[in-house]
Order: sequence, then C-alpha cells, then structure tokens
Amino acid sequence: MSDNTTLPNGWQLVVGLEVHVELATKTKMFSASTNRFGDEPNTNIDPVTLGLPGALPVLNKHAVELAMRIGLALNCKVQPCTFHRKNYFYPDLPKAYQITQYDHPLNVDGFLMLPGDVRIGIERAHLEEDTGKSTHFGGSSGRIHGSDYSLLDYNRAGVPLVEIVSRPDIRTSEQARQYVAELRAILLAVGASDAKMEEGSMRCDVNVSVHKAGTPFGTRCEIKNVNSIRSVGRAIDYEARRQVDLIESGGTVRQETRHWDDATGRTETLRTKEDADDYRYFLEPDLVPLVPEQSWIDQVRAELPVLPARRRNALAELCGVDKDGESAFVVVERGQDEYVVEVINCGGDPRRSVIYVQQAFAEQGPKPKVPARDLAALTILERDAKVTSTQAKTLLTDLIEAGGGDVVAMAAKRGFEALDTGALEAMVDAAIAAEPGAWQKYCAGEEKALGALVGAIMKSSKGKADGKAVTAILQSKRKK
Amino acid sequence: MHKLVEIVAGITSGSTTATAVVEEHLARIKAREGEIHAFNLVTAEQARKDAAKIDEDVKAGKVVGALAGVPIALKDNMCTRGVETTCSSKILQGWKPPYDATVVTKLRNAGAVIVGKTNLDEFAMGSSTENSAFGPTKNPLDISRVPGGSSGGSAAAVSAGFVAASLGSDTGGSIRQPAALCGVVGVKPTYGTVSRYGLVAFASSLDQVGPFTSDVRDAATLLEVISGHDPMDSTSIPQPAASLVSVLDQGVKGMRIGRVTDLPEGCEPDVLERLEAAFDAMRNAGATIVDVKLPSLQYCLTAYYLIAPAEASSNLARYDGVRYGNRVDSADLNAMYAATRESGFGEEVKRRIMLGTYALSAGYFDAYYGKALKVRRLISDDFARAYQDVDVILTPTSPSTAFKFGSKTDNPLAMYLCDVFTIPTNLAGHPAMSVPFGVGSDSMPIGIQVLATTMGEQTMFKVAAELERAS
Repeated sequence: MSDNTTLPNGWQLVVGLEVHVELATKTKMFSASTNRFGDEPNTNIDPVTLGLPGALPVLNKHAVELAMRIGLALNCKVQPCTFHRKNYFYPDLPKAYQITQYDHPLNVDGFLMLPGDVRIGIERAHLEEDTGKSTHFGGSSGRIHGSDYSLLDYNRAGVPLVEIVSRPDIRTSEQARQYVAELRAILLAVGASDAKMEEGSMRCDVNVSVHKAGTPFGTRCEIKNVNSIRSVGRAIDYEARRQVDLIESGGTVRQETRHWDDATGRTETLRTKEDADDYRYFLEPDLVPLVPEQSWIDQVRAELPVLPARRRNALAELCGVDKDGESAFVVVERGQDEYVVEVINCGGDPRRSVIYVQQAFAEQGPKPKVPARDLAALTILERDAKVTSTQAKTLLTDLIEAGGGDVVAMAAKRGFEALDTGALEAMVDAAIAAEPGAWQKYCAGEEKALGALVGAIMKSSKGKADGKAVTAILQSKRKK
Repeated sequence: MHKLVEIVAGITSGSTTATAVVEEHLARIKAREGEIHAFNLVTAEQARKDAAKIDEDVKAGKVVGALAGVPIALKDNMCTRGVETTCSSKILQGWKPPYDATVVTKLRNAGAVIVGKTNLDEFAMGSSTENSAFGPTKNPLDISRVPGGSSGGSAAAVSAGFVAASLGSDTGGSIRQPAALCGVVGVKPTYGTVSRYGLVAFASSLDQVGPFTSDVRDAATLLEVISGHDPMDSTSIPQPAASLVSVLDQGVKGMRIGRVTDLPEGCEPDVLERLEAAFDAMRNAGATIVDVKLPSLQYCLTAYYLIAPAEASSNLARYDGVRYGNRVDSADLNAMYAATRESGFGEEVKRRIMLGTYALSAGYFDAYYGKALKVRRLISDDFARAYQDVDVILTPTSPSTAFKFGSKTDNPLAMYLCDVFTIPTNLAGHPAMSVPFGVGSDSMPIGIQVLATTMGEQTMFKVAAELERAS
C-alpha cells in the first residue's frame, strides 16, 4: 500500500497495537484525588493513591462510563467484568501491584474501520490504573539503572486508563498510523480522553512481526516509547527491516520488548522474554465484580455522539471531497464539520467551503468567529469568478482578522476585480513577448520556466490575475 | 458483667464519670501491663482528654453516643490518625497514618475513649502473639501461657480489665481463638459487615474486624456501633447494621443446632466434653440438636494456608522502606530494599510471603492457589447444605486451652492447627463467635464457637446469649 513499508522477498508485515489512554475524569480510578496533568508533583495524592497500609480502592463510576463509551464506539460487546492484581515491583507503583482487568475485561470483540474499508479487529478495551512517573537523574541512559537518583511524582498514580488492544490485523505502517489517528479521533469525539500523545495521555506499544504469506506469523517484538503518530510509522518500518535483515542473514527473532529511540530512529532490546516478570495475576479481593446494567449500557450507547467516520462520510458527500482525504479528516477532527454545513446552508459553494475551513481555520475551534454567511459569500465570489483564488485567499485572511464582514465591500476596498478572459489573454501575450527566453524553455518542456511567466503576469496585473486561469492559457498556447 | 453497658449507663446517668472510668482502667494497666504486655502503645493523655470531653458533654446535657466514655483498645493494625500503627512489625515502626480507619471514626463518633494500640502477631500472622516483633503478650489468667493470636493483645486487654472492650481482626480465627484462650467473648462478623477501610491488610478476602468484650450483650452493643455500610470499602455490604441487643433475650426454643459429625480430630477431651455440655444446655433450653456433615472441612486448613499467604504476598510487597516505616540504608536501591525487608519482617511473615508468592507463580497457580479456591467453594457449598437443616452450628473454638509459651514455635504446622475450627467460616465469609463455656482440667477457659450463615448475626447472638446464661 505504501512504498516505504514494502518489504523485500515477499516478507509481509504483521502489526498489533496496544494503546493506553488516560480517561478525562475529574478524579482517579479508585480514589477522590484529582486527575489533572501538569500540577505540582505529589499534590494530587491521598492514602489510596500512595498505597498506604489500610487504604482501599473504590471504583470511579465515571471512568467506567467513559470506558464503555470507548468500547461502544469501537463496536465492542460490553460485558460483566472483574479486576485483577498484576504484581510487580517498581518505585512508581505504590502498592507493588497494578489493578487491571485480566480474563474478564469490560469491552471485547470490537473493530475499527480504516480508509479503504480495512477492518482492524479490537480484541479488548479494558480498565486499569496508571502508575506514577519516575524521572531518573544522572547516568547516560535516562533509565533507573546507573542513575544517581530518581524523583517520583505520584500525581499520575491511579489515573484511570483504558488499554485498547487491537488484533494483529494491521499490515502496513501507514495503516498503523491511520489506526492511531482514527482511534484518537474517536476518543476525542466521545470525550473519553484528551488523547495528547505529547503529554502521555495516549501511549502506543507496537507489536511487530514479519512472515511470508501462507506461513504462520513470526515471533513478535513489542516496541515501547513510541510517542507520536509519526514515530509509530518510523518505529514499525525500522523494526520490520531489522527483523527481515536478521532472518535473511540466518538469525532468528527473539521475543522481547524493545525501546524506540526517536533521535536515532532505532529500536534496542529493553528486556527479553526470559527476564519478563511473573505478574502473579489474581482476582483483586478489594473490589467486587463490575456488572454494568443493560439499561446503563443502552443509555451510554444512546448518548454517543455521531462518530468521526460517519461525520466524514456525510461531509465528504455534501462537499464532493474524498471521504478518506485530508480536508474531511481535519475538519471533522477539529469539530468544524457542523460549521461547514452551516456555511453551505447559507448558500456557500460546498467544495470551497470545506477547503477554506480546512486551510484557514486551524486556530478557530469548533465554532469559528466568522459568521457562516460571510464565508458563504466569499466562496460565491470566487466560484462566480468575481475574484481570483489568490484574491479569495487574501480576503479570507481579512475576514478571519476582522471576525466577519461584508466580503463584497472588502474586495472593493482591496481593489479586487476579476479580469475577463480577453484582458488576461492580452497580458499573457505581453508576458511572452517580454520573456522570450522563459517562453522558449517552457515550450521545450521545462515546467520550471512557467513560474517566471506567471510571475510577470501577476506583476503586470497587480495580483488581480487568477494564477490558475493564467496557467491554463499558457498551457493551451504551448500546445498550439 | 455487662462492663461496657454498665459504664455507659453509669456515665449517662451521672453515677460515675468518664474520667473516673478511664482513670480506673489506666490504674489497672499501670499495675499489670508490665507483666502482660497487651499494648504496643498506651495513649493515656489523649484518653484523659477524650474522657474529660465526654464528661463536659454529659454535664452540658448534650446527647452522648452509645459508647460514651467506654475505654476501648484497638489492635495495632488499625490506622489511627497521627498515632503510631505498627502491626507489631519492625518494618512499620514509627509510621503514623494520616487517616483514621472507618471503625476508629465510628468508635470516636459513638463517644468511645481509645486507650491504646494492642499487640499482635506480626501482620496478624500467628495464633499466640509470639510472632510480635515487640515481644509476646501473656495470658492474664496464667502468664506462663499464650493469650492466643493474632489479636492476643486485644483479648488480654479485656481479660485483664485494662479496657471494657477492644477491637481485633480475624482472618482465620484471630479474634475467636484468643477470645477462647483468654475467657472473653470474641466475634467475627459476616465478611462485609464491618468496614475494612484503614485495617492494614493481611488477606483481604478473609480479614474482618470484630469486638472483644466481657460478655455477649457488650459484644452486641459494640458490634452494632461498628457495623454498617462504608462507601470507602467496596466489599462492604450495602445494608444498615443489624439490631442485635434486641434479640438477646429471645432464647433458642425451637431452634435447630448443628453438631458436626465429621469434625477434624485432635481436640483435647476437656474441650469435647464442654462441647457436649453446650449441646445439653441448648437441648435444655428447648432447641433440637441435628447432625450435619461438612466433608470439605478437612481441606480448609490447607486451602487457607495457600489463599491467605497468596494475598499477603501481594499486600505486603509495598513495604520497601521508601515511603513510610523503617528503612535500612544500603549502597544502592536494590540493596536497600533487600536489607529493609530482611530486617523488617519476622520469620513467619517471610515464610508466608514465600509460600504465597510460590502459590501464585506461573506454572504453580492452578495446582495451589486455583485448587484452594475450589476448596473455598466446596466448603461454602457444604455450609449451604448444612444450613438447610440447622440454624447454627456449634464447634469448639480452639482444639485446646491456652498453651505454654514456646510449645509450638518450633513447629509451624502445629501452630496452624490452632485455627482448624475457625478457618472454615473465614473461607465462607460467614459470621462466628466464641463464648466462654467453662474451664478445662488446667483451669484455663474453654470457648464454644457459634457459627451461622451469611448475615445470620441475630440467630448467632441468640444462641450465644443462651450459652452464656447456661455457663
């Protein structure tokens, strides 16, 4: 599908993703401590968060509801479930166990659709608690071993997480990126998480293996520390090549956990299967089974917003753009699709409406300041060739700066008027006469020469000429 | 005897004061605590202040609580805000919790005067208090003998008259066995009746807080105060506390009392003789004795010594010397952890951490922990069948009377057998209580255990009160 992931000699990539998202609850998974990123270290703590002797967990109902939203948005079955203790010893884990879901998770058996009707299975999306954050000082690796000292911030300890585990259905790094992007869009749409990879509220572990078609899957490696959508693709491409090179040079892939280094663009061994902890999972005796009532599930389902894919499809159909394309994705991600519909309802040109919003409204949020009717008027000016596309862009900037206004008056103020085709042809002829060298090169097939010719015309028209129209005239003259 | 009930009546009627009551008890502590060692900490000054406050309230005509002015001791595994809570372990020495356990809050709200924190087998693991890191508690009835455990300090404190009542915790018999050995009443309520919030966990699915008192009425009064739903404990039963005092005089006429025909062997003859006397007393009071079988009883001890250590191994992993308690400084972090845990935990605690870690390990889980959980289900099924035919079951609380110090310390298995009659109810989550019912040929008290089904406290207390009347 994508060139950079094509592996040599018939090797095929198999990827599964484990994505952790912090839920946007007010309080923690099992206590009343505040759940907020960026506060002074160790201020959002209490006996439960610190795992003090005698403290007990109490399940946060809102966290369950947000997890159910995620599950339902991912077409999962929401089921009665239990919590387990995952026992391991690390300074940022105050109880020396993490409360998580093991053999009976809340959400199971869902799927997520990617562009091109690619269906990625969701094995499960379960609830668990986050750990504290360790920062290691001294030493070279930035890890605990060899460091001089470590500082611990327990604000993050006990923050509610949902871990979303895909099936190994992903076949290219491009699909993996699309999966993460789509998942993120869904999480934002349902309000379950702010899903900021840079702040760690959304984190990806990537399982990569390679095999040849018709043979069983290869041994997988799990890659950690993949902190951006771009890194997801880079890490997979690197790891796939590493595994193929290893196998082709006679080696075998070991099952291990590897660390992605974004600076070097490489993965390195973090720990092998032999060093893996024995987590000694057992049913968490301090909690009772969670059995969501059907009426609750139905209510959460009924309250789910329209999901991004459906919104993109609707927008794409309305505007005549590609449903898997950039403009539909971006506008829906920003939540500006309703605004675009409003612009179109005000008589705006559908295609121009969505593209204007995509290109110029990045800072505007879901409810842009520019009144829909003003933007609609601008699209009409351009569609009717009252202004050129270049002029329209200038007016769009003016419109955003002013927070709206009469675009016809604005165009007049700028002295914009579209040139009729006759005047334009005359200008083109003048430019050819003025730049004979450029014209000859252009006629000889040197496309770069076009720039000089168009530039001359824009100059003589004082920017009023439409660049596209000028190019079209030049092309038709060259063919002659 | 009604010590607790009489104290409240005396203070509220003005015939005595909370201050006089607390001074009387502090004087007894002063006289005998040196030889008994029931307490890890006596909070005399705070107790005096709390008593004075009760007296002020009474004088001012304010409504005082159900335990107004009652001197009470807490097992030292219940968190008390700002007051050292050690679990009789070096690893927690010096730790002052920043919060009160729910039971402590309930006691304070009811006007109880907390006198101190009592000794226990380290982390409640033991049956004699010999596993305390701070030295054993002596049985006040014979100081050459153990008070039982793990709540030995709480049992001894009531038996010695240091307090009118105390709280203990019972994971496999840790309230009932020392109650029997010290000649007092001890109750393990239905799992989920009393909040565990602030009780330092040993085995979370088995631990339950309960009272020690001089008699059944005091126990009912105290249990009513500490029971009830607590939103801070997810395993707390969402029901209000049952009314217990009101049923004490209802008798047992027409009740069906279970006699277990396949009781594990190893009981002293004196104890079995008192059990038969208890059945006679019930028959005389109008109850019928019905034979029941509990075939899984024989597996309970083994199952318990897998489940409890497994949970303990997880619960105790957090004691690393970093955030609270004792730390043994060393060259690096891992060495510090190792040195802290090596010197911080006693032998029995280490043994159970090892046992439990092993039982949960990959490859062994199914054979040990998994199988133990099956036994747990089986014993619950056995009880369910038995309770179709009977209202309560009577057994001995302990196979023997209080034994001599050192007689079982070399043999952990012999010590574990002390819990053979008490463990099954913990596995099933049922209530059970020990009532003093005569003495053995060594003049040491013998306790009879009354078992009932889940939430069967009212029936259990009716039978306990009848036993007490007959003793």
